[in-house]
Amino acid sequence: MSGIIGRKVGMTQIFKDGVMVPVTVVRAGPCVVCQKKTEEIDGYTAIQLGFEKQKEHRVTKPMKGHFKKADVAPMKLLREFRCENPDQYELGQEITIDIFKEGTKIDVVGTSKGKGYSGVMKRWNFSGGEKTHGSKFHRGLGSTGQHSYPARVFPGKKMPGQYGNERVTIQNLEIVRIDKENNLLAVKGAIPGAKNSVVYLSNTVKSY
Amino acid sequence: MSDALIRAIEQPDYKSVTPFRIGDTIRVHQKIKEGNKERIQKFEGIVIQRRGGGMGKTFTVRKIGANGIGVEKIFPINSPSLEKIEVVKTGKVRRAKIFYIRDIVGVVKIKERRKKRK
Repeated sequence: MSGIIGRKVGMTQIFKDGVMVPVTVVRAGPCVVCQKKTEEIDGYTAIQLGFEKQKEHRVTKPMKGHFKKADVAPMKLLREFRCENPDQYELGQEITIDIFKEGTKIDVVGTSKGKGYSGVMKRWNFSGGEKTHGSKFHRGLGSTGQHSYPARVFPGKKMPGQYGNERVTIQNLEIVRIDKENNLLAVKGAIPGAKNSVVYLSNTVKSY
Repeated sequence: MSDALIRAIEQPDYKSVTPFRIGDTIRVHQKIKEGNKERIQKFEGIVIQRRGGGMGKTFTVRKIGANGIGVEKIFPINSPSLEKIEVVKTGKVRRAKIFYIRDIVGVVKIKERRKKRK
């Protein structure tokens, strides 16, 4: 499995085989291999990728040492991607969107837009009550359960609370177009997060 | 910045289209696929609006069809199915959207635009 770090650019629509498809544009890579995780030392195998250069004075001393070990420039973002054989990569090796092909499918991980403390209508799509006609029940959640038995609210009951700003994975999104020159990728459909937010692209976990 | 990147990925889809204006009478040649056969359908009418930007840019053509029923078609300007656009007649109108021609009973008269002197 291989992946890459990117940033969401925005949405548009492009023509594919004469049909207009909605796409999200992602600026992905080039990433640099900063560390190799091995079975002997770490107990699992993975490669650690860095994305976007960071100014030297903004990096802490321990992190400077980490980057020096791999002999790479300091990076803003680091993320591990599991792979079975990390030895096929070299420290400092550049990974670009060449790992993906047009027409194949990928998984995208992002952080959804935060919606704050939201009620049940927004958060769980409850239908709410009538606004008028003497109704006193508007946007509430109604009953939360039974009475003296079980005398408690069951765990998992859908209630108001923090909505959004959480990690969301979208699986099996088709790559419609790749622009290698600008490191751009057009993925069919929407992906989580605001413009300019960080997303992780990787090969699909499920394949049909 | 982000807009420039979006334009970059759309780039291959942009087409150079015969320039036309609102009020012009144009003939749109559109490729239509029926099974394996491909044919060209022509649609002739007055351009009543152009809207949108980037890939979402469209234009609307209005004609009076059979039995005097008005027919409007909206075409994405960058659609690959658009084979060709011919300007049959230029028109001179005073607004960007000429929806008022929908309410005109009878023949729609639009003045012809004068050609630029060289």
